[in-house]
Amino acid sequence: MSRTRRVNVVASAVLLISLAGGVLILSAIDRLKIRTSSQEALYIRSTKTLRRMCLGYTGLLADIYWTRAVQYFGEQHHSGTRDFRLLAPLLQVTTELDPNMMPPYQFGANFLGPPPPNGAGLPGEAMALLKYGIEHNPDNWRLYYNLGFLYFTEFKDYAKAADAFTRGAQVPITNGFMPILAARMAQHAGEFDTARMLWYTTYQTTKEATIRQNAVDHLLALRVDEDVTKLEEVVQKYRAQTGHLPSTIADLERAGFIHGTPEDPNQKPYKLMPDGRIEVQYPTSIPYITKGLPPGMESPIAGQSK
Amino acid sequence: MNSRIGYVAFNTFREAVRDRVLYNLIAFAVLISGAAVLVGEISIDIERLVVVNLGLTVVSLFGVVIAIFIGIGLVSKEIERRTLYTVLSRPVRRWEFVVGKFLGLTGTLVVNTFFMAIGVFLALLYVAHKFERADVWVIVALYFIVLEFLIVCALSLFFSSFSTPIMSALFTFALFVIGSLAEDLRGFARITHGFTGAVATAIAYVVPNFSAFNIINQAAHGFAVPGQLILYNTLYALLYSAMAISGAVLIFQRRNLK
Repeated sequence: MSRTRRVNVVASAVLLISLAGGVLILSAIDRLKIRTSSQEALYIRSTKTLRRMCLGYTGLLADIYWTRAVQYFGEQHHSGTRDFRLLAPLLQVTTELDPNMMPPYQFGANFLGPPPPNGAGLPGEAMALLKYGIEHNPDNWRLYYNLGFLYFTEFKDYAKAADAFTRGAQVPITNGFMPILAARMAQHAGEFDTARMLWYTTYQTTKEATIRQNAVDHLLALRVDEDVTKLEEVVQKYRAQTGHLPSTIADLERAGFIHGTPEDPNQKPYKLMPDGRIEVQYPTSIPYITKGLPPGMESPIAGQSK
Repeated sequence: MNSRIGYVAFNTFREAVRDRVLYNLIAFAVLISGAAVLVGEISIDIERLVVVNLGLTVVSLFGVVIAIFIGIGLVSKEIERRTLYTVLSRPVRRWEFVVGKFLGLTGTLVVNTFFMAIGVFLALLYVAHKFERADVWVIVALYFIVLEFLIVCALSLFFSSFSTPIMSALFTFALFVIGSLAEDLRGFARITHGFTGAVATAIAYVVPNFSAFNIINQAAHGFAVPGQLILYNTLYALLYSAMAISGAVLIFQRRNLK
């Protein structure tokens, strides 16, 4: 082998080994940093300063901040922490840098308001974010929808929710659900169908995967809550008719109160408890349910149940 | 070490000193002493923070600029002055020339950083009146900055082995910026899927990860740095530099110098 060829072979080998070693070490650094990273920090909260620093490239900076907000929420949620203190400023900076970027408003409506661990527990901040969005995008029906949604889910203020949906129904380009939602708020605010319609609209009108999954989880939880409510009503009817509680779900079927064995979204039959309550078999596998839980158990957390 | 590599390295260092590269130390001294005096006047309780943040940031930026602007000229200048032919006609092999240049440049930066580090610690002593145990993390941060220089030197040498000085400077600086945002890049790769995810992951792992070397803020706050991170960063810097230098050797071996 000539000297030049030998050098080439050695250099190629060093290059490949270094590349592979570098990737391995980098993975190790990543794992180490995840374990040991100190509290996340947002060093610059002033949009004015950021505007100056980025030499006017605010769009790109807004994109970076938006990505960071999503990553931040995902990482905090995944790690099971209840601390989402940076979510509001990250979304605020993003929307101030680019007030026409819609996903941050929707994200804020879905995840700033709900109490930890499913959100930041800052409904006031979520409302301020949406009002800022409406101020800068008065013709976008989605923002009114998100505001109405927030009033409905977090504030339980159905009158204001109806008002937001009505305003959203009046913009030049709107969604067919808006006037229906406005009407339902006035008459059937507390009903399962209303909540279902809201979550369904959320699912339909976003492409953001986290928000869609959140909507699906809530829709499934609503189904369980409704099933459990109806089954418990049936149990009470059975008791009124026979003078005793049914011993199994099959008793209800035999008595003609139900048809078939009702199952939860995981295709597991509901359990009838000795005191007449209905429970789901694996409550932690269905996030957000408020009914069908063992006594004293809190509503399960999304993304951490198995 | 191979004595021919040592000669090339020593001459590279000597040339950098002759080119008045170390004059940047004067600018650094003025800046850091000015900052130390100023923060003593205007800051409340954050004097140490400001001195460490400012000092280490300037050490890093000055070093990167020196590494880029000297590194890109290492090969082209030798060709332009025709001194390369004299060197290579002696029993100096091409790979020895490349490795020697790399070592000479990193040596220059180590010396430069050493003097700047003295400046940082003098400024710290001035504002805090004493050294603290947490100051050891400032030394670790400086060590990481030196590791960062190894990679930047290797990259600038790699690009200068096949490109013009201006393009080499642009490429190296662009990689420095991208590498400084490497964590965000990997975060982006984690949330993308399919083909985009694969491409983003590949890019995220191939570009140098400078963000792992930047612990300036932790050092300023006196936060401890895990020993494992020191080990991993050292290995990573050595491997990445070896990779870039091997690439430079491979290209330089094939390059027609006539």
